[in-house]
Amino acid sequence: MADTPSKELKVREKQEVTSPAEQTTPGLVFTPAVDIFETEKEITLLADMPGVKADNLTIDLRDNTLTLAADIAPVDDTNEEDLLKEYDTGRYYRQFTLGELINQENIDAKLNDGVLRLALPKVEKATPKKISVKTG
Amino acid sequence: MIYRRFFNVPTWRFRSPLDELHRLRQQMELLYGRTPAPYQPASAGVFPLINLTEDKDKYYIRAELPGVKGDELDIQIKENSLAISGERKIAAEEEDARYHRREREAGTFSRMIGLPGDINPDKVDAKLENGILTVVVSKAETAKPKQITVKS
Repeated sequence: MADTPSKELKVREKQEVTSPAEQTTPGLVFTPAVDIFETEKEITLLADMPGVKADNLTIDLRDNTLTLAADIAPVDDTNEEDLLKEYDTGRYYRQFTLGELINQENIDAKLNDGVLRLALPKVEKATPKKISVKTG
Repeated sequence: MIYRRFFNVPTWRFRSPLDELHRLRQQMELLYGRTPAPYQPASAGVFPLINLTEDKDKYYIRAELPGVKGDELDIQIKENSLAISGERKIAAEEEDARYHRREREAGTFSRMIGLPGDINPDKVDAKLENGILTVVVSKAETAKPKQITVKS
């Protein structure tokens, strides 16, 4: 742990969704923190979704809009009494607009330790071609 | 506890002295005819944020730690306090990756939580499931509520 100098993590409050559409289901909805990066071949999205099981997660891609929606598993024992509550739990929801065409057949999603890793391969056509400029 | 004597509130439980101050402030605001400020939960401001619950026999400490592996966590218990420390690592991606968003953070963390009652340090369980850490601590016999039967 000492070999890489790393900073101390700061508390970041969970962000509640400010959705243009009003919620019709009870409970809080949060925006998961994400990393999105692209390489020549694919776009990768990583999202922190603690408490989400694979069965409760829906990923939807249509018309260049990617939607992540997830429910959390409720706490099994309800006899517990709150003593200290620093964070709230609730569903997760976030939408993205993708600029690239995605090969829908080969989308790969993995959920490990509350982190979703979504690989969205680009369609061949969108792979950048190098254009050489001739002089003459 | 000093604030227990200070504010003579019989329903006062272990939450945070700040909550009590907030309640006081709300009542003051009402006195002046102003609308009280909305409730803001007390937070220690130290990562990770913690939810602490109890039932008759146990304390439950929960924290959201997505992407942290069990072996990267160090949990220690000493008398009435629980120390959680560790490091959240985010693996480096390929070199040609160009980022659109970078909101997830990596780093070290360390936190101490005081528990309101005596505990049994031999009966502590910790599990990490879907990025949520749950530590279950058994209360000491002296801290458990006693059922008193009323004889007729």
